[in-house]
Amino acid sequence: MADLTVGAEIPEVRVTPDKYLTVRYAGASGDFNPIHIDEEFARAVGLPGRILHGLWTMAQVARAQTEAAGGPEHLKRLAVQFRGMGLPEQEVVVSGTVREVTGRRVVIDTVAEQAGKQIIRNAEAELEL
Amino acid sequence: MPVNTSAIGKTYEPATYAVGREKIREYARAVGETNPVHLEVEAARAAGYADVVAPPLFAVVYSAASVGPPIFDPEVGINLAMMVHGGQEFEWGPPVVAGDEITTTASVKDISESDGRGYYVFESTSTNQRGEQVCRGTWTNIVRGV
Repeated sequence: MADLTVGAEIPEVRVTPDKYLTVRYAGASGDFNPIHIDEEFARAVGLPGRILHGLWTMAQVARAQTEAAGGPEHLKRLAVQFRGMGLPEQEVVVSGTVREVTGRRVVIDTVAEQAGKQIIRNAEAELEL
Repeated sequence: MPVNTSAIGKTYEPATYAVGREKIREYARAVGETNPVHLEVEAARAAGYADVVAPPLFAVVYSAASVGPPIFDPEVGINLAMMVHGGQEFEWGPPVVAGDEITTTASVKDISESDGRGYYVFESTSTNQRGEQVCRGTWTNIVRGV
């Protein structure tokens, strides 16, 4: 388990989604919205190209918390805001800082960034240790 | 044009999802999980679980059939072409493992408007076959140009 005292930074999760990640995630999650898997469609609706599923990025934020806490059973709540868009083949970095500790309950402020821009912001995780 | 708020409080038919071992593994690999409790039955059992454990965000898989109908409900009236996923919250109870049957009920929690945007908030409540609440989800969709 990582250091989860007030002010501690949780270990970063750094992951670069490969070119076909959105296709695998679409199959795994059941979300086949073409903006995630069809380059032509995505451009036709004004996007720079296929974009990451926000809920995949949220899963990376969740993973940073569960890895810090030592297992999935410790994550009790996660609230996020999605902003902008994530793109394949660019590194996503999840970071977080412990804001509050009350007994076994730990609250972490956390974000996901890509190329210096927050694609998940104002996220709050609650762990129970 | 003001948003139509008449659907606030509307609840939809529950849907039940049977959690499969290979589906959990497929999902876990797609999101980059390396904790063996998500991937190997022996590791999950050694950690005290009956079978492989669903990663927390697997909630989107077992909730999917329930949270679709409100988004497409004409009474809610979302213009899908202008919709973005603005925010998401999950609160978890006991872990979900392969073999569980998860029943999810969705409802319209709130519809509001601010600065020409519509905010459509849905809530999902998921319980396992023992009646334990395993997840509560709050799904916020933002629609531009309402």
